[in-house]
Formats: sequence, C-alpha cells, structure tokens
Amino acid sequence: MQLEALEGRVDRGPRGRTPVSRERPSVGPGGRVGPPVTGMRGKETIVAATETAGTTRRDFLYIATGAMGAVGAAAAVWPFVSQLQPDASVLALSSTEVDLGQIQEGQIVTVKWRGKPVFVWNRTAADIEKAKATEISALIDPVARNANLPADAPATDQNRAAEGEGREKWLVVIGICTHLGCVPIGHMGEFDGWFCPCHGSEYDSAGRVRRGPAPENLAVPPYKFVSDTKISIG
Amino acid sequence: MSGHSTFEPKHPALKWFESRLPLVGLIHSSFVAYPTPRNLNYWWTFGGILSLMLVVQILSGVVLVMHYTPHASMAFDSVEHIMRDVSYGWLLRYMHANGASMFFIAVYIHMFRGLYYGSYKAPREVLWILGCIIYLLMMATGFMGYVLPWGQMSFWGATVITNLFSAFPVVGPTIVEWLWGGFSVDNATLNRFFSLHYLLPFMIAGVVVLHVWALHVVGQNNPTGVEPKSEKDTVPFTPYATIKDGFGMVCFLIFFAWFLFYIPNYLGHADNYIPANPLVTPAHIVPEWYYLPFYAMLRSVPDKLGGVLTMFGAIIVLFFVPWLDTSKVRSARYRPLFKQFFWIWVVVCIGLGWLGSKPAEGGYVIAGRILTIWYFAHFLIILPLLGLFEKPKAVPASITEAVLGKSKGGAPASAGVAAPQTKG
Repeated sequence: MQLEALEGRVDRGPRGRTPVSRERPSVGPGGRVGPPVTGMRGKETIVAATETAGTTRRDFLYIATGAMGAVGAAAAVWPFVSQLQPDASVLALSSTEVDLGQIQEGQIVTVKWRGKPVFVWNRTAADIEKAKATEISALIDPVARNANLPADAPATDQNRAAEGEGREKWLVVIGICTHLGCVPIGHMGEFDGWFCPCHGSEYDSAGRVRRGPAPENLAVPPYKFVSDTKISIG
Repeated sequence: MSGHSTFEPKHPALKWFESRLPLVGLIHSSFVAYPTPRNLNYWWTFGGILSLMLVVQILSGVVLVMHYTPHASMAFDSVEHIMRDVSYGWLLRYMHANGASMFFIAVYIHMFRGLYYGSYKAPREVLWILGCIIYLLMMATGFMGYVLPWGQMSFWGATVITNLFSAFPVVGPTIVEWLWGGFSVDNATLNRFFSLHYLLPFMIAGVVVLHVWALHVVGQNNPTGVEPKSEKDTVPFTPYATIKDGFGMVCFLIFFAWFLFYIPNYLGHADNYIPANPLVTPAHIVPEWYYLPFYAMLRSVPDKLGGVLTMFGAIIVLFFVPWLDTSKVRSARYRPLFKQFFWIWVVVCIGLGWLGSKPAEGGYVIAGRILTIWYFAHFLIILPLLGLFEKPKAVPASITEAVLGKSKGGAPASAGVAAPQTKG
C-alpha cells in the first residue's frame, strides 16, 4: 500500500509515463537489451526514442494480456453459440420410411421427414409423358436438384424421378417452395404439378419450377428403395 | 460526488452525439474518472463480481430457456435433454446452477463486508436498503429457479416454501391456493414460477442500477470508514479500481470454474435427479445451502406462525440496521468490541446454516434456538447498546493519514523522478 502511495506522487512525464534517462538501453519484448539509444537527430528524436524504450515492454504486456483475454472470451462465447445448432435428439430423427403400396395411381401423399413435408407422387402415364416432352431449355432451373445424383445433373424427367425399371412413375420431392418456404398445393396450376399459394410459383409434373419467383426446382431428398414397395428417405 | 462530467469529446461525430445524449460522458464519469478511496481492499471487489455473476446468470438462463419446457410432464425430461442432447448443454446448465451458488457466496461476502465496515451508516442508508431489496429478489429468484427442473427437491421445496404462507391467519390458505393456481403444487405453479424466474433477474438488474446510482451519489465507503477529504484520498476508478476489480473477477471465476468443472453437483441434492412425485416426500428434505440459516430459524420456533415470522424477520431486520447501530464510528477497525461481536455473529450465521442442513431433532433444535436468539439479539440489543457503551479507538483524520501513517504523511514527492534507472 505504501508503494502505491509513492507511485501516486511520481511526477509523470509526457503522456503520463515515467521519464527515463537518455542513455538508457532500449529493451525489446523478450527483455533483450539493444544498443543505447542516443540523440542523433536532435532533441525530438531522443524524446521519441526514449518513449519507445520506456513503452515497449508495457505495450507487449498489454497486448499479451489482451490476446489471452480475447482467446478466453472466445472460448467462453463458443458454448453459447454452439448450443444453437440442432441437438442430438433432432439429428437422431434423420430417416423416414414410406410404404408405396398404399399410394394409388395419380395420388400425391405427403409424409414428414426432419419436420418437413415430402411429396410422394404416383404419376400417371400422361404426367410422365408431359414431363418428358419438356425441353431443358424451357426450364427456369436446368439442374436436377436431386440429392442422389451429382450436383450438375440436368433436370430431365429421368433425373428427377425414381431410378430403376418401372419406378419412373414415382416422384419424391421436398414439399417446400424454393421461393420462401411455403408448401405448394398439388394438382394445381398450368403445368399440372404444384401451385404455391404464397407467391404464385408453379411447378410441373416433375416438380420443376416453370413460373413465378421461385428460383429452383423442388429438391429431391436423398432416398432409396428398401423393397419394391417401400422407400427410406434420409 | 460524480457531478457533471469532465469528459470532453474530441471527435466531431462523438461531439455531435454527446451534445444530444451524454452517454459516453456518463460512462466516463462513472467508471473512468470516478474517484474511489485509495485504500479499498479486495473485499470491495465483490460489487463488480456480483455484477458479473448477474450477467452470467442472465446469459446462461436465456440460453437454457431455448431448450427447456415449462410443463409438469415435460420439464424434468427437458432438463435431461439439455444435459445429454444439447451442444454444451451440460456446461450451460451447470454454469447456471453453480452460478446461483456463486452469486450467493459473493453476495454474502458483500453483505458481511458492508456490516463490518459500517457501509450502511449515513449517508448510505438508501444504498444499503436497495442492497437488501436485491438480496430479497435474489432469494425469490433462486427459489423459483430451483423449482424448474421439477425433480423431487424442486417439488417438495416448492410445497414447503409456499405452505409457509398458510401460517398467516384467515387469509393464509387462500394465499397459498393463489400461489399454486390450484390445490397443490402442479403445472400451474410451475408455469408461473417459470415466468417470474425469467422476470425477476431483470428487476434485480433494475435495482442494481439504482444501487450503483445511490453509490455514486454518496461515494464508496472504505476500510477506515472516514470520508475522502481531499484529492489525495482518492484515485481515479480507471485504471485503479477497474484493474483491481478485474483481477478479483478472474480469481473468483477460477473458484467458480473449480465447482463447474470438478464438482458441479456438490452443492445440489441427488434427490433432485428423481422426477417429481406428488405422492412421496423424500426422507430428508433441505433447501439450497444459501437458505439454510433461515430454514434453521424456521424450525427452531415450535409455533407455525411464529416460525414463519421469525424467518422473515431475520431478513426484515437487515433493513433497519442503519438505525439499530447507534455508533458514530463506521469501521469495525476502530471498534474493538463491535469487531468481536461481529465475528461472533458471523459464526452464528454459519452455525445456523450448518444446523439447517441437519435433521430437526434433539440437540440440533436446542442449538438452533440459542443461535436464533443470538442472531436477533445482535441486531436488536448488541448493536444499539454498543454504540452507547463502546469506547472506539482513535479514528484517523484522513484516508491518506491512515494509509501512510502520520510520520510518513509528507513522503518526498520527487522520489520517482530522481530515482536512477538501474534496471531495464
């Protein structure tokens, strides 16, 4: 406490720092002593040089302390951010099975996968024909958006529908409009696919966007056939 | 004491803003230029530590609510869900649960410090009373928070504490039904406790603002209890108090981390990991440690209403300490008798806490009665009489004199300037 008291009385130099003698050796961050800083270009230079000599180590300590504090703060903040991500119980609900045997020709069934609606459509021959007849060049989004295919696969009906002999009638898409996330209504709109009630986007019988603000085709989720009449989404 | 700010903005944008809302100036005058007594010791860092703990509790609490479900049939599972599924959920929940205990440790030290150094005496009565209000709000918040996990201790703690109000004649049973929102502690109770548990911390934060405001009007007390008389008696808040408080906080956080990472369930009860069962009371039911002294007092009185009044009275009496202490001298440093009685009282409080954790039988009850009587006697008999009969030691004329001693009062001012630089 006495030391502190004495400190309070020290006559502070410029910028409140203790003035030091001119001949004082400069001290680097690691305590390395350099050659003495002497006046070579007049008084002002000396003041600056002695200031540097007097401040370097303190500055180093400030920066080192601040850096440690920043690392600590970041480490403390991380759990608060990390807790926002989907938790283990959400990740555990990752796949849904659908029995196709119950879906009649022409019928669209909606199932829930990871909290989202997935449309499973048993398409008629006419639906398929129409989708196949559409040129890629007529599409807003020419990419398949099929999680089971490479990212650059073209949006042909073959790339959109289920893969395999006799399975092309099955169309499985995530039932969320790629515009702003509404659920489109089936068997509606000019293209015989879906019509989104929110902002009027229209999809065809392969789930490809054909009109309106939506930028992308309805996404095809990852799925596979576990048997001839059953698929597993996710 | 703080008066008008001496802060003068240099940057034109800041000047523009400052002339419209002097926010930076307020911060500057409160936490940079604000004069603090030069002799504050580490017991004075607990105000800052408490502010930090309030922030920790609010932040961790807000995050926990993102994952918690306040429903009688889902609350317990949602807490386990936080512990097992949520990323770092275990850390956040242990931080909140142990943070509450740390908060109370800090507040008890803060209160003992205030009582030891006479920080409640004129002109700091309002400051002290605001502190007592914060303490009451903390008790309510802590209690309601403990109910939320909906384990056995939560449920039966809630039952016992709410039933305290049934002791009041005529209106008691009605009050209890209104607290419960039913005829027993159930979902309605859980929901309202959850709502209030979220609200009260922000009320605490509001009263803390008043508490700090009152502090900055009357200025800080100090270990001598002598008011600063000249500029020599004070140092600016920054860097002196900020660095000292910061160091205190870091040390306290290490203590906190020890609980958090090594013994996170030490201060809890295993029974609270059993889901609430309204049909079976645990064999040995005790509140959280920070209520134990009051719990001991409750059980010491063989009458239901008497016990409840004694318990509440133990807190109410704190509000009147500024007028119960009749001594003109603030600090226990210069009050030889008070100092001894103070430490006896501290031991009495700890003893009551220990008794509160013991079963209410035999010698424990008798000891509890003796200590309860002493607790009240300290405030109602000893404090008023000490002021009249105690002969205090000589109080120093100023803080500087107390710090430097009379002979060293005129220490050479040029020591630092003339000192040769022997080391780099």
